[in-house]
Amino acid sequence: MFETFNILKRNGSQFIPDISSPTLPPIFRGRPIIEAKPCEENCRACEENCPTDAITRENQNVSLDLGKCVFCGDCQLLCPTDKIKFTNDYKIATNKRESLIVHEGENHSIVFDPDDVRNEIHSFFGQSLKLRQVSAGGDNADENELNACINVNFDMGRFGIDWVASPRHADGIVITGPITQNMAEPLQICYDAVPNPKIIILAGTHAISGGIFASSSALNRSFLDKYKIDLYVPGFPLHPLTFINGILNLIKAKSKS
Amino acid sequence: MNWIELHNNASAPLHDIPVLSYEKFCAYVAEFLNQNDSCHCVSYYAFPYNNGLKFIACIADDSDGIIYILSHEQPKSVTKLASLSKDIFELHIFEREIHENFGIDFIGHPWLKPVRYAHNRANLENEIKNYPFFKITGEALHQVGVGPIHAGVIEPGHFRFICNGENVLHLEIQLGYQHKGIERLFLEKSKLIQRAILAESIAGDTVVGHSLAFAHNMEQLLGLSESKQLAIIRSIALELERIAVHIGDLSAMCLDVAYQLGSSVFGSLRTPVINYFQWWCGNRFARTLIRPGYNPYPLEKELIERLKKMLDEFEIKFDEISKKTFTLPSVLSRFEKTGQVTAQQMKLIGAVGIPARITGIRRDIRTSHPSMYYTELKYQPVIMDSGDVYAHGRLKSHEISRSISYIRRLLGKLEELGKQQEPDRPNYPQLKLKKNYFSIDLVEGWRGEICHTAITDQDGNLMHYKVKDPSMHNWLGLALAVRNNEISDFPICNKSFDLSYCGHDL
Repeated sequence: MFETFNILKRNGSQFIPDISSPTLPPIFRGRPIIEAKPCEENCRACEENCPTDAITRENQNVSLDLGKCVFCGDCQLLCPTDKIKFTNDYKIATNKRESLIVHEGENHSIVFDPDDVRNEIHSFFGQSLKLRQVSAGGDNADENELNACINVNFDMGRFGIDWVASPRHADGIVITGPITQNMAEPLQICYDAVPNPKIIILAGTHAISGGIFASSSALNRSFLDKYKIDLYVPGFPLHPLTFINGILNLIKAKSKS
Repeated sequence: MNWIELHNNASAPLHDIPVLSYEKFCAYVAEFLNQNDSCHCVSYYAFPYNNGLKFIACIADDSDGIIYILSHEQPKSVTKLASLSKDIFELHIFEREIHENFGIDFIGHPWLKPVRYAHNRANLENEIKNYPFFKITGEALHQVGVGPIHAGVIEPGHFRFICNGENVLHLEIQLGYQHKGIERLFLEKSKLIQRAILAESIAGDTVVGHSLAFAHNMEQLLGLSESKQLAIIRSIALELERIAVHIGDLSAMCLDVAYQLGSSVFGSLRTPVINYFQWWCGNRFARTLIRPGYNPYPLEKELIERLKKMLDEFEIKFDEISKKTFTLPSVLSRFEKTGQVTAQQMKLIGAVGIPARITGIRRDIRTSHPSMYYTELKYQPVIMDSGDVYAHGRLKSHEISRSISYIRRLLGKLEELGKQQEPDRPNYPQLKLKKNYFSIDLVEGWRGEICHTAITDQDGNLMHYKVKDPSMHNWLGLALAVRNNEISDFPICNKSFDLSYCGHDL
């Protein structure tokens, strides 16, 4: 028994007391900044080397879509003018797809729009949110990180947010993976089984845009055309801090309307 | 010669591999696998070639580190072949894959069912919802279907149990829900960086393992070499990944037997290990850490000190909870004799990695076919023999301890080597793969043996890229493990094997 007490003592303090304040190592690649300065003439290194076509360069204007980005950092490495730089800002989840696009010359947090959040989300889920996770071609990295959200270190449960086994007990679904053809039907059945009101969260780059699999003929992403997505959580895989802070933004948001 | 002999992490001109008639091909494959206890099949596949099919079989001999490569070609018109699995059961999954992809009927195959319902399968009328499950009828029996979506936050797959009361008589595992067409994308995506990202996404929990197999294949085909320093650093990364996942498995196993303290402490101990990857390369799953031809993230002095400190602190906490867990009667009573498999069964199905080693089979690529720094610094595999859930857990905990001491020795070697001039990042878009070449690489990932092989055409384009995750062999091991166990013990058996759905479905 004393051994057990010793183990408790050695491990027994809250690892992350405030979920919104930890600082990640400088090398962590979160929100990028694209400095407003001229590119080298005829240089398209970032655009041409991007593995998922997340970067577009029109005239002199470079923009980067975090919904497609796999955070490999090659654009930063290959840019001769050091125009692109990834910061360790992990608060990159948002409720609007277009807010994931980082434009040249911008240096502000990814915008979360509380006015676009349905009223019932705060009133129903503000104190308690139970989620059903559906892996639809996920590679088990996003799933591992979603599991990490409820371990003793990140402890998402303290906010009343938790995973549940049955869609009937859930308030929404969290999709990982690019949505394979073979998972399209089970995903639909699962979503239909969740009682109203319900939310949909896309977790990880694969879910948001298909990522590196976007062009694969083994996918069927038609489910996403049918419903409004309530939260986009980018990452390759997503970071637990990105996920938890994103959800807190969503359920605490009170729209003005 | 009727075959070629390669070592691990090697390549050869494609035309050097003799093309055998199917009869001869079968005879030699059977001779290797039937008569030689040290041989097992690491990969066997077919791909479209010259308006027909080309078959490649790779058989590893664990006694001398040789991999035998055999091949056979046939025109499109041949659609029926004699099955090898009839006598050599470990080939069953490979023949099933060839059957599904190209419609070849293997006469005499005991279980010629779909593998993953690939998008480019031969018969598109076979759909995943119509999988032909094995049936037994009887008044005392009932069926339990689980999945594809499971109770926890895990990948999808369907398990169909036939139970006699509470006991499992038979389990059939049906996969394919995760199929994303990765092998096809390796050919379609022409940039090396895209292929590297694909390799990282084969199984997101085995980023280092699969990325290493990919990097070695590309280095072989590009004529790039791996410096001593890079070999050490890659070996460190592979062992760190092993520690990170094993510790997570131990946490989940404790949770499945309701040992809350073990689950919490093991679970929290995973964080410093994967956070170390985050300090090292900016990603908790070691993405971007492994790239062909160079080392993107040198292990500087500050990082080495951080690693040592992390391991020291980790080890104290780990030893403490590990000792407690594996002496606690309530845990042991659930672990011992649960989900037991035998060496005979594991040999029969060609199991690799942990499921083989828990039954006394000495199968570990780090020892039998070493590459990277395992060639210089010998690794002694951990072997257990009870074949039950206890052996899974204990072996994982021993492997964690052994990996820690192995990493410390690697760090010693790294410091001995001092600061070396390292190659810069190659200019990837300008590199060209060798033409008409074949390459193969085996890596002992945390689950077991990973095998990637690549083949190029006369223009130096990838003609075929074959990925084999250890789960390909081992899923059947799980089905055997739960026989005659209570169905309530399925979760703990499943967690002990911790196999990859996406690595299997590709």
